[in-house]
Amino acid sequence: MKPFSYERVTSPGEAVEAAAAQPGARFIAGGTNLLDLMKLGIEAPAHLIDVNRLGLDMIEPMAEGGLRIGALVRNADLAADRRVRRDYAVLARALVSGASGQLRNKATTAGNLMQRTRCPYFYNTDMPCNKRRPGSGCAAIGGLTHNLAVLGVSDACIATHPSDMCVALRALDATVETVGAGGRTRSIPIAAFHRLPGDRPDIETALEPGELITAVTLPAPLGGVQLYRKVRERASYAFANLTVALVAREGQIVRLAFGGLAAKPWRVEAAEEGAEADLAADLALAGATPTEDNAYKLPLARRTLKATLAQATEVRS
Amino acid sequence: MIGQGISRTDGPIKVTGRAAYSAERQDAGPTLHGYILGAGIGKGRVARIDIAAAEAAPGVRLVWTHENAPEQGPAEGIEGDMMDRTRPELAGDRINYYGMPIAFVVAESFEEARAAAGLITVEYELEAGAFALGGFGPDLNWRRPSRAGDIDQAMREGPVTVEETYSTPYHFSQPMELHACIADWRDGHLHLYLTAQMVNQLTTGLGKTLRLDPSAISIDSAYVGGGFGSKIVLHCEAVLASLATMALGQPVKLMLTRRQIFTLVGHRPASISRVRLAATPDGQLTALGHDALIQVRTDDAWDEGVSSVGKALYASPNRLTRQAHQALDVQPGEPVRGPGELPGLMVLESTMDELAEKLGIDPVELRLRNDTQIDPDKRLPLSGRRLADCLREGAEQFGWRDRPTRPASRRDGRWLVGYGVASSMRGHYQTSAEVMVRIEPDGWVIVRSDMTDIGTGTYTIVAQVVAEALGVPISQIKVELAHTKHPKGNGAGGSWGAANTTVAADRAAAALRARIAVVAGTGYNDIFAEVRRHFPDGIEETGKTLDNKDDPNYRTHAQYTYGASFAEVGVDIDTGEVRLRRMLGVFAAGRILNAKTARSQLIGGMIWGVSAALQEAGALDPRHGHWVNGDFAEYLIPTHADIPAIDAIMLEDFDDKANHLGVKGIGELGAGGTGGSVANAVYNATGVRVRDFPITLAKLLPGLPG
Repeated sequence: MKPFSYERVTSPGEAVEAAAAQPGARFIAGGTNLLDLMKLGIEAPAHLIDVNRLGLDMIEPMAEGGLRIGALVRNADLAADRRVRRDYAVLARALVSGASGQLRNKATTAGNLMQRTRCPYFYNTDMPCNKRRPGSGCAAIGGLTHNLAVLGVSDACIATHPSDMCVALRALDATVETVGAGGRTRSIPIAAFHRLPGDRPDIETALEPGELITAVTLPAPLGGVQLYRKVRERASYAFANLTVALVAREGQIVRLAFGGLAAKPWRVEAAEEGAEADLAADLALAGATPTEDNAYKLPLARRTLKATLAQATEVRS
Repeated sequence: MIGQGISRTDGPIKVTGRAAYSAERQDAGPTLHGYILGAGIGKGRVARIDIAAAEAAPGVRLVWTHENAPEQGPAEGIEGDMMDRTRPELAGDRINYYGMPIAFVVAESFEEARAAAGLITVEYELEAGAFALGGFGPDLNWRRPSRAGDIDQAMREGPVTVEETYSTPYHFSQPMELHACIADWRDGHLHLYLTAQMVNQLTTGLGKTLRLDPSAISIDSAYVGGGFGSKIVLHCEAVLASLATMALGQPVKLMLTRRQIFTLVGHRPASISRVRLAATPDGQLTALGHDALIQVRTDDAWDEGVSSVGKALYASPNRLTRQAHQALDVQPGEPVRGPGELPGLMVLESTMDELAEKLGIDPVELRLRNDTQIDPDKRLPLSGRRLADCLREGAEQFGWRDRPTRPASRRDGRWLVGYGVASSMRGHYQTSAEVMVRIEPDGWVIVRSDMTDIGTGTYTIVAQVVAEALGVPISQIKVELAHTKHPKGNGAGGSWGAANTTVAADRAAAALRARIAVVAGTGYNDIFAEVRRHFPDGIEETGKTLDNKDDPNYRTHAQYTYGASFAEVGVDIDTGEVRLRRMLGVFAAGRILNAKTARSQLIGGMIWGVSAALQEAGALDPRHGHWVNGDFAEYLIPTHADIPAIDAIMLEDFDDKANHLGVKGIGELGAGGTGGSVANAVYNATGVRVRDFPITLAKLLPGLPG
């Protein structure tokens, strides 16, 4: 690990000031992803800004009927929150299907949004990777791609986004609240938060350098049956082959997002408008460019969507 | 005492963190820390390597490459015992496999050493490597042939035949405790605190490598956090830490990282098998053939005996088992959890399931019909051959009669449910070993052996056997293990450690009793009182076991252990996810020394089988030759949630042809054919036969109903 300096800040203002003063600094909260990446030499920030003491750990109701989730709310606490379980069940289900109990106790809401890909070529510093070293090339293309992206890929990158939480947030139309240089605040719709790789796969989110996530807001509850189905080779602690975040009402798709298919949660709004499962799958998966290794994800997505919709129809909301 | 399921004597110090594992040992005082830089290519040479920045980095005490590393004993050919070979490190510019050490940094802290290693710049001269196991070519050099009759003719005559090709992937041992060495060169003697399954065996190769007399090397491996075969042979951590302490005159600690033990420690080779079976309509085997192609390195041919498991499992008048090699540019293979039989039985027992279906015979019944009491290969009586008992008992206890007789015929909601069975068999080996037992007049019994306890319970079972033999409470027995200064055995490996060590210990105890009887008769109440009276300085004896080849029992009988595995799986009809629902293993493995530790070991072995059937596979990039999934997030092994109801039953047993205690090895038997029972259950659930392990959802999906 490259030596780094460390400071602890106590307010969001202080945090963005510290970041502005030290270009290349990284915020750290739970550290469940960043520390691993630093140990492996994949990330080598010269400076860490510890944001654990900013407060930002409350889940509060909003006037318009939604929920405001502080950036530092731990994944385990968010999943256990009674309001989340009742009104945003797809989010609670997604959270508990991710990582392990120990990691969920440590990982934060903002950190989960910033989680980086598990592409095995990204993880091997002997391999070229346009995310790690822009312009160096992509060793994953033409390699072992069993769990890499089939949608939204580019010639520069075929990585997938590993988060479960973000897939549910995408289905729920969450908004990411931030504060940046000079105290300027922004609200970024989740749809615009994660980027597809294009020719700059190293730029993964809409955040500006030094911009800090302060909260995630959820709009008023959608109701319906909310399911999250994670398909994986083992029963726990495995990254998804595929996930489906589904909100359905009376057997009809209300919201649908897939995980494990692309560099961001994959949602095609046109697939939600009263479409049959097969047509919804056609619309959502259109334009896929699978490899021989990961072509299974397309029939898997279709089958899992059908099964999840059937399950939602059986469950009376 | 023998057989009782008492808790481990070392349990309390382990769970409270007081048992010091190798990297935690404080015996040498504060240490320097080493870090290995591995090659970033699969084959070629180091054209240029620049260490100036690393040498100037904070805390750095030494940076070695092939240009400045100390001279060592030269690499030796592949002939001879793999335990005795040299293992020179940084001995040239050649890169033979991805991750091979190309530089070594020693610094005052681990972080400084790792940071400095990151400052080394390397230019490679890349060569095209061979990284993909092909198929059976035309001109194969067959090894390990065991044959009877004419298999080709029997296959032609049938009448019922199965001929299928299966493949098994690379596996890694991956014990929880990472490979580590603290080396301390002091007054011309090298003290090592090393993660090792065998200690005295390592001093020959290490001595030749370091150009030291083996008597100048001590190895202490008091507590080892799992080995699974990966701590048997000499590895780079021992060699580099030793060279560094000898150069610097200070203790040096070198612990590999999890990612590094995917490259710097050996793997189970990948294999391709062609299995041929023929039978009469009533299920008598007329042909049993197993050809295997095994991945090796040209300069280190670890020849995993995948094909050998079929030599003695069933009777067949026509039989041929043999294997050939294909050399690839990856690190040398090594023993990994049930070498040979884990992949071999998984494949052979899957093929037996294919035959049973073709014949329309219950798979348990088919196995019973081909039982034998004579080793078809050695043509010797099989001792303790209780495969049939295991199958019958297991079928009864598991409820085999309720199995779905047609594939893909049972549903539980969205789950397809299936049952599978497989046989297990594992050679029992005896090697030469000595154990010393000493009775102190102050009320202690001391047992000394260089046997290791790699987490299996050696400290406990040895104490149990000696307690029974001498009639003293187990609390008065001190077992001292895993040091080169102790009497030499053959360590923990190959499932022979428990029998070797307890048999030799029991013989030592018997010799002590005999000596005491001469002066005190046998009617005494307190053995310590007699020792005080007649042997005021204490009394000790050494007991021995003989190597197989010198023991008459092993010339007149063939010793194996046996088991039968029964599995029930569910396969999600929509996604193809496979989940184990329950599993039972029934084993006949001689007398059981401790019902609790034995059950733990057997269940652990069964879980390896589940892992091999469904999850585990080292993925080798065919272009670059690196392990793509080198961590526990990507190299899947079962979590607790993957292993629901699982049990192991040990049949009351005693193999008097193995040794006078009736004891045999169990360490690897649990794995045995377990993977086959899981694979067969998946077929029974789905009607889809996957012949390329592991059975993942992507392979099942195309065969599942729309």
